[in-house]
Amino acid sequence: MAFFNMTIAEASQQMANGSMRCVDETGRALSLIDAADAGLHAFLSVNNNGALRRAEALDNLPVSEKKKLPLFGIPIAIKDNICTKDIPTTCGSKMLENFVPPYDATVVEALQNAGAVIVGKTNMDEFAMGSSTESSAFGKTHNPAGKNHIPGGSSGGSAAAVASGMVPAALGSDTGGSIRQPCSHCGCAGLKPTYGRVSRYGLVAFASSLDQIGPIASDVRDIGRLLEAISVADERDSTNARKPYRDDPSYYSTDIPNLKIGLPREYFGEGLSETVRRPLAALLDRMKGCGAETVDVSLPNVNYAVATYYIICTAEASSNLARYDGVKYGHRSTAASMLGDLYTQSREEGFGNEVKRRIMIGTYVLSSGYYDAYYLKAARVRTLIARDFEQAFTACDVIMSPVAPTPAFRIGEKTSDPLQMYLTDIYTVSANLAGIPGISVPAGRSPEGLPIGVQFMARQWHEGTLLKAAFAAQQLSQ
Amino acid sequence: MEYEVVIGLEVHAQLLTKTKLFCGCTTPFGDEPNTHGCPVCLGMPGALPVLNREAVAMAIRTGLTVGCTIAKKSIFARKNYFYPDLPKGYQISQYDMPLCSGGSISVIVNGTEKRIGITRIHLEEDAGKLVHDQDADSLFDVNRCGTPLIEIVSEPDMRGPAEAHAYLTGLKQILEYLGVCDCNMEEGSLRCDANISVRPKGGKKLGTKIEIKNMNSFRSIEKALEYETGRQIDVVRSGGIIEQQTYQWDPDTGQSVLMRSKEDAHDYRYFPDPDLVPLLVEQSHIETLRATLPELPAARRHRFEKGYGLTAYAAEVLTSMRPVADYFEAATKLCGDAKTVANWVMVEILRIVNERKLGVAGLHITPSRLAGLLKQVADGTISAQAAKKVVDLVQSENRDPEAIIKEKGFAQISDSGTLEAAVRSVIDANPKEAERYRAGEKKLIGFFVGQTMKATGGKGNPKEISAIAMRTLG
Repeated sequence: MAFFNMTIAEASQQMANGSMRCVDETGRALSLIDAADAGLHAFLSVNNNGALRRAEALDNLPVSEKKKLPLFGIPIAIKDNICTKDIPTTCGSKMLENFVPPYDATVVEALQNAGAVIVGKTNMDEFAMGSSTESSAFGKTHNPAGKNHIPGGSSGGSAAAVASGMVPAALGSDTGGSIRQPCSHCGCAGLKPTYGRVSRYGLVAFASSLDQIGPIASDVRDIGRLLEAISVADERDSTNARKPYRDDPSYYSTDIPNLKIGLPREYFGEGLSETVRRPLAALLDRMKGCGAETVDVSLPNVNYAVATYYIICTAEASSNLARYDGVKYGHRSTAASMLGDLYTQSREEGFGNEVKRRIMIGTYVLSSGYYDAYYLKAARVRTLIARDFEQAFTACDVIMSPVAPTPAFRIGEKTSDPLQMYLTDIYTVSANLAGIPGISVPAGRSPEGLPIGVQFMARQWHEGTLLKAAFAAQQLSQ
Repeated sequence: MEYEVVIGLEVHAQLLTKTKLFCGCTTPFGDEPNTHGCPVCLGMPGALPVLNREAVAMAIRTGLTVGCTIAKKSIFARKNYFYPDLPKGYQISQYDMPLCSGGSISVIVNGTEKRIGITRIHLEEDAGKLVHDQDADSLFDVNRCGTPLIEIVSEPDMRGPAEAHAYLTGLKQILEYLGVCDCNMEEGSLRCDANISVRPKGGKKLGTKIEIKNMNSFRSIEKALEYETGRQIDVVRSGGIIEQQTYQWDPDTGQSVLMRSKEDAHDYRYFPDPDLVPLLVEQSHIETLRATLPELPAARRHRFEKGYGLTAYAAEVLTSMRPVADYFEAATKLCGDAKTVANWVMVEILRIVNERKLGVAGLHITPSRLAGLLKQVADGTISAQAAKKVVDLVQSENRDPEAIIKEKGFAQISDSGTLEAAVRSVIDANPKEAERYRAGEKKLIGFFVGQTMKATGGKGNPKEISAIAMRTLG
């Protein structure tokens, strides 16, 4: 149920040459949101007037100008932790309920420069902390493929918006799987780029050393086109490598001779459900049929990945979220009269449970006397995990793995057991720890009809290889 | 038992960069509140820091000047704490991998030279400013938020307030000479905290230290350290134990007031700032910066004594502030007579600077105007006495001395005919004195010169008059 029955590149071209109009397509997205979002709650705000005005302005450009814009007229949804000038950016938190950024994130500027139309902001786990979009302060999002199921998270709103066909594309952010896992659960494609590929300027930080913004779409080719548009070199982010991605049509073919697919034995053992294993095995056979080879690889330290991840991300989060203290940013409690109370009360009222839990864990692991045992050790294990991947990639081009151990679980199923929730991130967090790119593409469905994705990971800066494998997988799964 | 005090200082110096440490906002002092802010220094959600290279260069130049090792790789860390003047809830600083480490400066106390070690110099951002006005509300000013500071941490090498004062004076001179800080303690561009402890004289083990904050003048620092030394020795003498505490100096009561005890000490939860990459410095860059280092006060003092033949005292006074030394050298170059220029700068120019509370940059009596004026004194066009008046008028009116001399009629009369007539009438009017002079009372020449000066309205050239009077009186 894709928004276009063609790629974004083709739709963009048709709008540029006048056989389709931007206002019609933007209008169609807005009507779809109006009609369908009440049942899904993928959006936190819809940019009705702004989007239509923008689409009209695009339609009025000279044809020669239109043709220069790679995302001309494409309606796009943005996760609500990416700053959009004059449009509320809440991060799914009561804390930032009234925050209207005075500036655009670099990626938003880049999308505008490429001719895209921002149609709305999508729901997410509060401050991107969660795997189900259930921790949003503004209500849960439903999985378009099964309304009683979670859409995954934290970019659950963006994945649901694309998978339901309300928009052709969206941006999400991925700190430990937050793009790949909801895309797997909702049935669309989503990429977490190499750390440093896409500027984080304007992304409200959760864990700065892990966060990356990435594209979500229904076709792998769209992912490449979007990545090219958003991976602009940016001096405002010191961790941006200034290595824009260049897309290449040669990536998109099912002819994959000698593509070496690594299969880490740690990822296909205990804990993986048959429901997920079956479509992955079938896909692998088909890929082999197209010339791919498989290689057994080992990532000995990934067993520590979840523990390592939850120490590093909470440590960084505890510091990143300190600014929401009721003084300058964020909800301010009216109950407090003294400074200390103002901090405590504002944070008590403004943050949800999951955010508080992570701030407390993060504060603990950075505390004097515990730093060495937790944060420092985690930082070292992180290096070991990165080395595991480097080693593995000496034997293969891409690593194939599940995205999540099971299809989307039911809403409310894991909210009372945070540890169970954290363990669902087992296949995705390593790419963030190692800084390598990872993509999720639909590989099949469960007997219940819930989508199941497959993940590919590649070396740093090798998004091209990744998109090549992912495109073949997409074509062979259909 | 005799006790000795051990003092270490932590100095924060605000760098004179054009922009803040992590954003493009400018950093002028004293502007309207909240006129220098942006998403980055306001700590807005999503904003990211980008390091100011000019600040790095200034920190490296300071480090090189005091003999520090410059780290090829240093790390920025977050110091986490809540305070309303800190928008992000953390300060970006350097912790276990500072930019500069292990230097020293030499100071002279009571005629003896002593080296004070410098543990480290690191870069960090300043917090904003809270203004507590009459109302219950506190006001916040973002202008200072994110301005670059270097923190200079000394070794516990000082053994008394006088040494601390000398160290701070030496450091201030260096920072001013480098042009990295204007060192105005009242405006807060130079701040100082002290760690102070006592121990039996000659002991090796350090006593428990007390930190003292808020000493915002040189006088405060000396007084606070004296007070705290006395207090600690009293405690120890009477059998008490010093506990690790932080005090705040209260200049009004002249006492240090307890701020917090060890149990309340902050846990800043330092960790590497993931928004910034490690700061890498190439050796070639360090060498380029080393080449820009100016001559330091001690070397310049030496050169002034040897090269210009100044007294040790004059060299000391003239080099204590770089702008004064620069002024002296500029004027000397134009005028040629170093000793005369030195006297005029020390007496007249510094008098104007002090009386009018100016910086050297605020002088209208520029080196070239002073040099011009002194040439006219030398060639007898104007008397030294009149020249002093001219100096003040040049400063008040910002005009060339030549114009003022002409307008006010300050030029001396050197015309021998006019002077001879004047001398003659003075001699005629004072026959008794003329008789005594001729009888051998030669010191009376001064009387005749004085009377003639008076008669010429102070404009007569005293040298000429003296010569004429001697000749005429025979």
